[in-house]
Amino acid sequence: MKVVFTRTPTFKDCPTHYCPGCGHGIAHRLIAETIDELGIRERTIGIAPVGCAVLAYNYLDVDMIEVAHGRAPAVATGMKRTNPDKIIFSYQGDGDLAAIGTAEIIHAAHRGEQITVIFINNAVFGMTGGQMAPTTTVGQVTATTQKGRDARNEGYPLQISELLAVLPGAIYVERCALSSPAQIRKSKKAIRHAFELQVNNAEGLSLVELLSPCPTYWRMSPAKAMEWIEKEMTKPFPLGKLKG
Amino acid sequence: MLMCGNEALSEAAIIAGCDAYFGYPITPQNEVTAYMSRRMPEEGRVFLQCESELAAINMVFGASATGKRAMTSSSSPGISLMQEGISYLAAAELPAVVVNVMRGGPGLGNIAPSQGDYFQATRGGGHGDYRTIVLAPSSVQELVDCMPLAFDLADQYRTPVVVLADGILGQMMEPVVFQKRPRRDLPLKDWALTGAQDREQNIVRSLWLVEGVLEELNYKLQARYEQIQKDEVLCEQYEIDDAEIVVVAYGIAARIVRGAVDKAREEGIKVGWIRPITLWPFPAEQISRAAEEFRIFLTVEMSLGQMVEDVKLAVAGKVPVLFYGRPGGGVPTVDEILDKIRQLTLRHKTQDTRLKIKV
Repeated sequence: MKVVFTRTPTFKDCPTHYCPGCGHGIAHRLIAETIDELGIRERTIGIAPVGCAVLAYNYLDVDMIEVAHGRAPAVATGMKRTNPDKIIFSYQGDGDLAAIGTAEIIHAAHRGEQITVIFINNAVFGMTGGQMAPTTTVGQVTATTQKGRDARNEGYPLQISELLAVLPGAIYVERCALSSPAQIRKSKKAIRHAFELQVNNAEGLSLVELLSPCPTYWRMSPAKAMEWIEKEMTKPFPLGKLKG
Repeated sequence: MLMCGNEALSEAAIIAGCDAYFGYPITPQNEVTAYMSRRMPEEGRVFLQCESELAAINMVFGASATGKRAMTSSSSPGISLMQEGISYLAAAELPAVVVNVMRGGPGLGNIAPSQGDYFQATRGGGHGDYRTIVLAPSSVQELVDCMPLAFDLADQYRTPVVVLADGILGQMMEPVVFQKRPRRDLPLKDWALTGAQDREQNIVRSLWLVEGVLEELNYKLQARYEQIQKDEVLCEQYEIDDAEIVVVAYGIAARIVRGAVDKAREEGIKVGWIRPITLWPFPAEQISRAAEEFRIFLTVEMSLGQMVEDVKLAVAGKVPVLFYGRPGGGVPTVDEILDKIRQLTLRHKTQDTRLKIKV
């Protein structure tokens, strides 16, 4: 019998703790595939965020560190500056990267740190119970915007990738979605490109934002969540390459 | 060589093999960042001026996790911002050296020398059950000598080490001698993140959700802290044997106390001093031993009384412990302290008589 699909070695053979329909498992798989395809497992160091993906090191079989909320780009800086031969990536959610860690990501990009950032945008704080994130859409109901996000009170969704793309130190910024097989293939291509830039010592930071489903806190079925990404989330967060 | 404390500690860190320095400007320690910005690249090592103290301590966290010797420096308000990172360093069992050139507080305070961060330094400072080793030099030469010790202690015990200086020590120029010392016999950093080549994945973490696991980690850290308390206490004593009054002071305050004690001795007052060099582990045993005979203890600090609590714990009610200090950047003079010592002489005599009557 011909094997057409297998587990990629860097993705550990174990069940994950993620909810049904969550995007983290897909994103992990794409990163693991990329690491294996580029043959960089032995020189890669990953950074897990605070949030649902805090246990990413249980699934990704590379050297990994877990850091304080939002500080991953600073930790990555400390690692890359002292180990220029290593491939350093951070994996961060929207609360982590776009709320508490805004300063760290802006300045890491601003300095042109040679790191790769995978930014999971699911429009809520997942681990703490579905509170509003900076990326929550206008009108979206969350644990802390129970009548829907009101832009006059809570502001508009923060388009941090657009902000980062204008910085000279950010050499590649692309927004993709994990909403369909076609979009997942595009996401994979973007992730691979972001890692390749670092492997080739390109001078600057590469970031891939992934619009990712959170059926649990969007109070939707997994299938509806995928639809919601394409219909609603892409309005404030249009897909495509922003830089590079 | 004549050098200010801030520059001298920087050179000493370089000689001690510091691979990376991450810092953010704040007075009165700016000479460290400026010196490091020039010298670290000369040595082919890493210097980076960060966007904040939060970033600085997390860059130290990252570099240290890969097995490098990393340090940062700041002054009181900046050290407050670093407490999150220091707690994570302690939890993740990562070595790091943090220099605090203390200034007046609370709040933005001022830029005058102070010892107001004793509690923060010796009680952990951030959240959770942890300690940091705290070295408190009292001269520029001792500051220089503390740096290789700080890096060795950090590596040996896998813990952040705080070097607690103050604005005077940082700014003051004194002659110093630099010596390259052999490192201690240090454990291999087999936990470091260097890429999972020919070994299993290494993970550096501080989250332990399963019941009992974090409790176990805390017991493990506690055992290490007890070892440190047993093996690493440093303190200096002077003219204690016949002393009726013992002055306890650390850092630059101890330099001033030394002057006052010498003058008091010239007046025939039987006074000596104890100077803790490690504030944690605290020289409780040495102080406890000195309290076995009837003496009055006077603690002098550039604060409203922080170390005095540790002195009282060590003395355990056996003899009186008094305090003199000035907060908010105030520096006590030799004469102020001498006056205090003179007052205590009378008190010692009356209390001593009363004690004899009781017997």
